[in-house]
Amino acid sequence: MKTEKNDIKIKVCMGPGGIATGGADVIKVFKDDLASANIKAKIGKGCSLHKVGCFGLCARDVLVDVIVGKNKTTYQYVKPDMVPRIVKEHLIENNPVSEWTVGDDYYSFYNKQIKVVLSEFSEVDPEDIDTYTAVGGYEATKKVLTKFTPEKTIAIIKKSGIRGRGGAGFPTGVKWEICRKVESDQKFIICNADEGDPGAFMDRAVIEGNPHSVIEGMIIGAYAIGATKGYVYVRAEYPLAVERLTIAIKQARGKNLLGENILGTKFNFDVRLKLGAGAFVCGEETALIASIEGQRGMPRAKPPFPVHSGLWGKPTVINNVETLANVPYIIRKGADWFSSFGTEKSKGTKVFALTGKVKNTGLIEVPMGILLREIIYDIGGGIEGGKAFKAVQTGGPSGGCIPAELVDINVDYESLAKVGSIVGSGGMVVLDDTDCMVSIAKFFLEFTQAESCGKCVPCRVGTKRLLEILDRITAGKGREGDIELLEDLGNDIKLSSLCGLGQTAPNPILSTIKYFRHEYEAHIKEQKCPAKVCKDLIEYGILEEFCKGCGACLRVCPSKAITGEKKKPHIISVDVCIKCGACFDVCKFKAVKKE
Amino acid sequence: MATLTIDGKTITVVEGTSVLDAARKLGISIPTLCHHPKLSPYGGCRMCIVEIKGIARPVTACTTPVSEGMEVSTSTPYLEKLRRTILELILSDHPNDCMVCEKAGDCVLQELAYFYGLRENRFAGERRIYAKRDGNPLIERDMEKCILCDKCVRVCDEVQRVRAIEIAYRGFKSKVCPPYERDLDCEFCGQCIRVCPTGALTGKKWALKGRQKDIKEVDTICPYCGCGCNLTLNIRKNEIVRVTSKEDTLNEGWLCSKGTFGYHFVNSPERLKNPLIRIAPKSSEFGVRSSELKEKLQTQNSKLKTQNSKLFREATWDEALDLAAKRFREIKEKHGHDSIGALASARCTNEENYLFQKFMRAVIGTNNVDHCARY
Repeated sequence: MKTEKNDIKIKVCMGPGGIATGGADVIKVFKDDLASANIKAKIGKGCSLHKVGCFGLCARDVLVDVIVGKNKTTYQYVKPDMVPRIVKEHLIENNPVSEWTVGDDYYSFYNKQIKVVLSEFSEVDPEDIDTYTAVGGYEATKKVLTKFTPEKTIAIIKKSGIRGRGGAGFPTGVKWEICRKVESDQKFIICNADEGDPGAFMDRAVIEGNPHSVIEGMIIGAYAIGATKGYVYVRAEYPLAVERLTIAIKQARGKNLLGENILGTKFNFDVRLKLGAGAFVCGEETALIASIEGQRGMPRAKPPFPVHSGLWGKPTVINNVETLANVPYIIRKGADWFSSFGTEKSKGTKVFALTGKVKNTGLIEVPMGILLREIIYDIGGGIEGGKAFKAVQTGGPSGGCIPAELVDINVDYESLAKVGSIVGSGGMVVLDDTDCMVSIAKFFLEFTQAESCGKCVPCRVGTKRLLEILDRITAGKGREGDIELLEDLGNDIKLSSLCGLGQTAPNPILSTIKYFRHEYEAHIKEQKCPAKVCKDLIEYGILEEFCKGCGACLRVCPSKAITGEKKKPHIISVDVCIKCGACFDVCKFKAVKKE
Repeated sequence: MATLTIDGKTITVVEGTSVLDAARKLGISIPTLCHHPKLSPYGGCRMCIVEIKGIARPVTACTTPVSEGMEVSTSTPYLEKLRRTILELILSDHPNDCMVCEKAGDCVLQELAYFYGLRENRFAGERRIYAKRDGNPLIERDMEKCILCDKCVRVCDEVQRVRAIEIAYRGFKSKVCPPYERDLDCEFCGQCIRVCPTGALTGKKWALKGRQKDIKEVDTICPYCGCGCNLTLNIRKNEIVRVTSKEDTLNEGWLCSKGTFGYHFVNSPERLKNPLIRIAPKSSEFGVRSSELKEKLQTQNSKLKTQNSKLFREATWDEALDLAAKRFREIKEKHGHDSIGALASARCTNEENYLFQKFMRAVIGTNNVDHCARY
């Protein structure tokens, strides 16, 4: 949507959170209303409407920025039916609807964040290359192709200290340098956009919010290593990311930023999309390569590493979305600028998907080395519902749980590894005292177990056995020695599995045993779930002294387990109860007990 | 060349050699279930893990190439513990019905379980349950015994170039099967049976015919074609129960469907062991119509089963050859040498075919020589 004089700009969050909460409907109503209002605020004339990438604070979506002249107003929790009033009062009468705008607490979410990869999300229309170039996009490409040698480019990336953002944290510059030095008639660069960790949506947001930054990173990477072909391996479950990448690639070709003789420099490079078919393990680089080649997505042993023998046996660099999206900014603003953020060994910023029991869930970008406390309390706004912070799970199914007592650790590659977790791709699930740690471990194990490719024994059978043991513990059938068995088998799986999936799959179990062993013991020895989560270990009952006999629980019970006369204490029949917890949630008098 | 030490012993091998092969050259055996010297390395069973100085975690010997100065340990308590766990995991999802298994005594898994003394299993749990359902008469697939070593998949792809099977599903549910889990419908070369380390793939033809310990091996050459593959007949109680081939042969131990499964003619009651001479007049001499002729021929063929029928009588080789020579001469004299033509068989060796054409040209005196494969 090109605009001439922008008196009014409306920016609607169309990131993963925005779309999920109805961003598309909001945009539609805006469009219709603006048209029917028949004022100067018509799209394309004095007013422009943009769908932009993730604003960050997904918990308050749909977020809408309305910019009149130089005044920016942000609306939160926008629903389609709120739009007409915003149009009428704000756009026509110039009176912002103050009851719907964000308060100071909204800005505290951003105060401690430093945005690099996400910095231009509110400026760039992901489907319009001109909005990207308007904020300096593709300048890094021009700079590199016309002024730098590949070696110089690699030197800058090396100097910046950026490490792979996909999880393993391998220095990107070093990877490029190794690949540069391998002689071959053909090299490839692959962008790994097969983001699959439960609760993680960083890469998705980056692609959907600013796809050109990823493509630009690929062009620079390709030039540096000497590749002429690139692939973006993206999940088919991210249709919008696929759509926006497709548009972005087309637009980049149109501007001669992809294709032959890029910007007249004799450098040829083009990008193809390859859609993943829904296998988590294809995020592992050798499995990803197999998948592009049309094989079953199974990892193979390394060495040889892909930089030596990758796609179709040719030297291949595989970088994560976020890593590549950082590259243009490093080139534009310099290695020193980038390395001014972060710690000695972990440079730059990292995007995290902050989810779970914090007030402000969403997409955040913070400097490496930030305190975990700052993320949870300052950015995240603390635990929702005034409950107690218990632990945070980082790194998805490959990561571990960090208990509340370690809340003052730095969030960087080394510090997290020291306490038995990982930065990983950037998932961060906050847990409170109503979360059962055994169940959390089981949740992640269920995932890795189902996503194991089946190639190697420890992962294929081992994760299954771990899960079976967890199953019986949460069902109150745990045996003496089960904790030791979990530890023993978990460690053996870590040591003997073929790829990263198996080598890290036991982490959620091992870290929860390390910090919450007493919870496991309570399940096994006392048949009790301290967090009162495991259905087989809890029982619902009614406290007669509190029950008013209102019948709310009786009405909500799906299995008709509750009986009782009006205004007299009700009774739950334990045999019929399916332990769904509906009565517990609905009772206003705290008369339903859970033990 | 690269020089490395394995368990304290030094060896120099060609670069690119795997640690496993280097160890084998030194006579050090490393247990493995998924490795086959003629197939690409896989690294799936994890039994061949070794420790290499300077590398934090154990690596698989089958997939790791040697490098100069490498120091390898193949059997430390640490490694043996991991191997034990791996074996235990495999056995926790295995029927463990060795008592009735065709493969008992010849099974790599059983052998390893024996050496690691595994009887109890800490990880007993759910087992994969699959029905045997293939309708084919040759290959029995008992997928409950499959350990997903991928050898059958690789031999089918890399050696046979058929790719009739692949691993489907994920994780614990992974299963080797034909596309869309249809019944096996392939060349039935049986290569997959040959490389299977367990009783997951066996020959239906040799079910309950005897296990390997009772087998007497007799080496011979395959009679089916001119390739001359080396066969090893597996004989029990003077009956061929199956056919295998050794790896150090010109066919490298690989056989085709006929070589593997086509041995039943040997003990067939229909097999001709002596020459037969026709005693009944030919049907064409009666001037019968073609349909009747067909019927008659069918009767004749069925009568062949009894060797001394009214159509044929048994003869000695001398008598039969004399008769054939006499008849050839008569035809030649009466109709000329070019009235005779002959087709050689694809089963013949090169040498036999040479002699055949020599006989036709020099003895019969005709160039009417051809080959059955053209018809």
